[in-house]
Amino acid sequence: MKQIHLAAHFPGVNNTTVWSDPEAGSHIEFSSFTHLARTAERAKFDFFFLAEGLRLREHAGKIYDLDVVGRPDTFTVLAALAAVTDRLGLTGTINSTFNEPYEVARQFASLDHLSEGRAGWNVVTSWDAFTGENFRRGGYLPEEQRYQRAKLFLQTAFELFDSWGADDIAADKASGVFLRNARAGAFEHHDAQFDIAGRFNVPRGPQGRPVILQAGDSDEGREFAAATADAIFTRHGTLEAGQKFYADVKRRLPAYGREPHQLLVLPAATFVLGDTDAEAEELANVVRYQQVSGQTAIKFLEQVWNRDLSGYDPEGPLPEVEPAVGAEAVAKGRAQTRMYRDPVATVRQWRELAEAKNLSIRDLVVEVSGRQTFVGSPETVAEAINTYVQEDASDGFILVPHVTPGGLDPFADKVVPLLQERGVFRADYSGTTLREHLGIDR
Amino acid sequence: MVHLAVALEGAGWHPAAWREPDARPDELFRPRYWADLVLEAEHGLLDFVTIEDSLGAPRDGRTDRVDGRLDAVLIAARVAPLTRHIGFLPTAIATHTEPFHLSKAIATLDYVSTGRGGVRVRIASSADDAAHFGRREFPVPLPDLAEEAGDWVEVVRRLWDSWEDDAEIRDTATGRFIDRDKLHYIDFTGRFFSVKGPSITPRPPQGQPPVAVLSHVTEIHRLAARSADLVFLTPQDTDEARALGQEVRGLRADLLVFGDVVVFLDETEQAARDRKARLDDLAEFTSDALVFTGTPAQLADQLLAWRDAGLSGFRLRPGALPHDLSAITRGLVPELQQRGAFRREYEATTLRGLLGLERPANRYAGATR
Repeated sequence: MKQIHLAAHFPGVNNTTVWSDPEAGSHIEFSSFTHLARTAERAKFDFFFLAEGLRLREHAGKIYDLDVVGRPDTFTVLAALAAVTDRLGLTGTINSTFNEPYEVARQFASLDHLSEGRAGWNVVTSWDAFTGENFRRGGYLPEEQRYQRAKLFLQTAFELFDSWGADDIAADKASGVFLRNARAGAFEHHDAQFDIAGRFNVPRGPQGRPVILQAGDSDEGREFAAATADAIFTRHGTLEAGQKFYADVKRRLPAYGREPHQLLVLPAATFVLGDTDAEAEELANVVRYQQVSGQTAIKFLEQVWNRDLSGYDPEGPLPEVEPAVGAEAVAKGRAQTRMYRDPVATVRQWRELAEAKNLSIRDLVVEVSGRQTFVGSPETVAEAINTYVQEDASDGFILVPHVTPGGLDPFADKVVPLLQERGVFRADYSGTTLREHLGIDR
Repeated sequence: MVHLAVALEGAGWHPAAWREPDARPDELFRPRYWADLVLEAEHGLLDFVTIEDSLGAPRDGRTDRVDGRLDAVLIAARVAPLTRHIGFLPTAIATHTEPFHLSKAIATLDYVSTGRGGVRVRIASSADDAAHFGRREFPVPLPDLAEEAGDWVEVVRRLWDSWEDDAEIRDTATGRFIDRDKLHYIDFTGRFFSVKGPSITPRPPQGQPPVAVLSHVTEIHRLAARSADLVFLTPQDTDEARALGQEVRGLRADLLVFGDVVVFLDETEQAARDRKARLDDLAEFTSDALVFTGTPAQLADQLLAWRDAGLSGFRLRPGALPHDLSAITRGLVPELQQRGAFRREYEATTLRGLLGLERPANRYAGATR
């Protein structure tokens, strides 16, 4: 039987997070991060995952204010979490567009040392000038170059990680030899994006390199992950869709001389638990409407219609006006808008859906943006997760609780023991590094 | 009362320090090493530690010195949750880094330490460091580097203020998580870069974490006066301490002025001299700061003379770790306490509080955009 991999995502700034819940805590105080990380470690999860944003999202020229806004710096939180956990992997998103490989490589190598081998890097790319306005180089990258830069960025970082051998430090007091290899850290790298040379000044970390994660739905993203990543994550659909995705990415591996176990498929997933399946369904429905308020629903439609719809009643029918195609985007700084590249077609589909099911604006948004993947009693959820893994729709899941920071607690207390009873999830950590937890080579 | 800080660097500031019997050169890249040092400094009630950093490394082919270092901000973040009182001023390099990234990193350090974060800003003028980034031509004249660093701090500080303290409202009635009128674009445009803002990280607990600069020359004194809360100076004697202190205070009266001293401390002056001589035989040591060898009582005499000459505090650079750090916390500190010149318990919960700095008002508060 396949062993399941589980990770915990500290929820970010999207509408998954129900900040209005009475149980909701801070999204910025360190105690919240500690709580989620300790719960994940108590449950023997593989890793903690933190997303990143580099510019606050805007809507119609103003900062978007209906979801959680604000988050901490990825590296800094992960390093601090290394102080309050012992085994849990610590992974975070770091952008390859608005950073330099030398600096990022030394931060990850440092994090790997400071966590004693638990660092992981979700490599993302960006293209938009909107985010670029926060950085000294300004500007941005033409979209067609973003994967090229990401590839070269990662390649360069790997060269820097590999510029030190594991045994380069002797630290022998008696002979006075600190460095066994006088050329430790020497590098030279010239390509279309980076033209750098010198000495990398962080010795090799316990894992050699951090674990590499990539989010990839596009063909390019999947190929990039197949070539370089240790784990790929994506949004999660049906069992069949999952199996198709799984087979597709694993099929790409041999071209890079890699075997199927070398790239784990870990979709992001939400969950709602109840004592019974019926209770969980009821609760999930409440959560969906907490995630999508009337105001949120209108703003969501405005992203696709690309025009002001504030006059519409969220409890009423969909707007009869057509989307404004080609105008400057109403929503900025959102990856989500890229999902609707053909707004006219999207609107047509949504109208058909709303008509068929008699949905109001808010109902429709709940329907198309709802993210409750696993809903049911602990037994039902454990069974579903195990089925996805055993039937090759995934190798595990990155769980996104909808309440911060306590949302993972019931999963840890009720679902994890059932997975352990089935023998498909570890009862305790057997290794100390993230690579060991994931079963991937150093 | 004097303020006391220690500057942590590898196995100590002497290049042969790693060969001392109590040195732990095989643990320099392990978190426990750094935690032990900072906990010792906290045991001695010190105001803060600084952590050295550099984006470069010597390319001289030597194998007899400590080589390699970890990112200083991450060391500080790794250790901060294990401590309760002491402040952290990791080094950040203004020349090659993004102020947007560092602003949120130091703000986050302030969150994970609940109000004890800060930053020591450094310029990297070497062509070797620049080659690690490959973005521009070096050398760049010092006045330009100083101006760039000043702009860098200005951006970092504006970003810290780009959220008002009460911007998060969680107003369920209107569905608004924040009051966006309390978030501000910083719209910085300078000679070297421009940054839009606002920060992605809310205003840190201290509002403005303290910023420090080490200065040897007038251009950097001016940078300190423009940008810092604290300046580290390197006087060689009491007269110079007085003159330097007056010079920078002439540029800005309320700047905290610290004297940097490298220390080798033992129970007798002879023992300290012998120990340093033994280290000097293994490796040559030169320093920008005064190198003090002697007893904690002698050092206390010297520091109090410099205090009377106008310095607010001292950043001591232990010649060898952990020896000279313990000599500070267990020798110098009690000596200063007996003379009524140093705290007997922590009197504040934030670094600004320890330094006697008020929590500053937000520069954007009340402004509508």
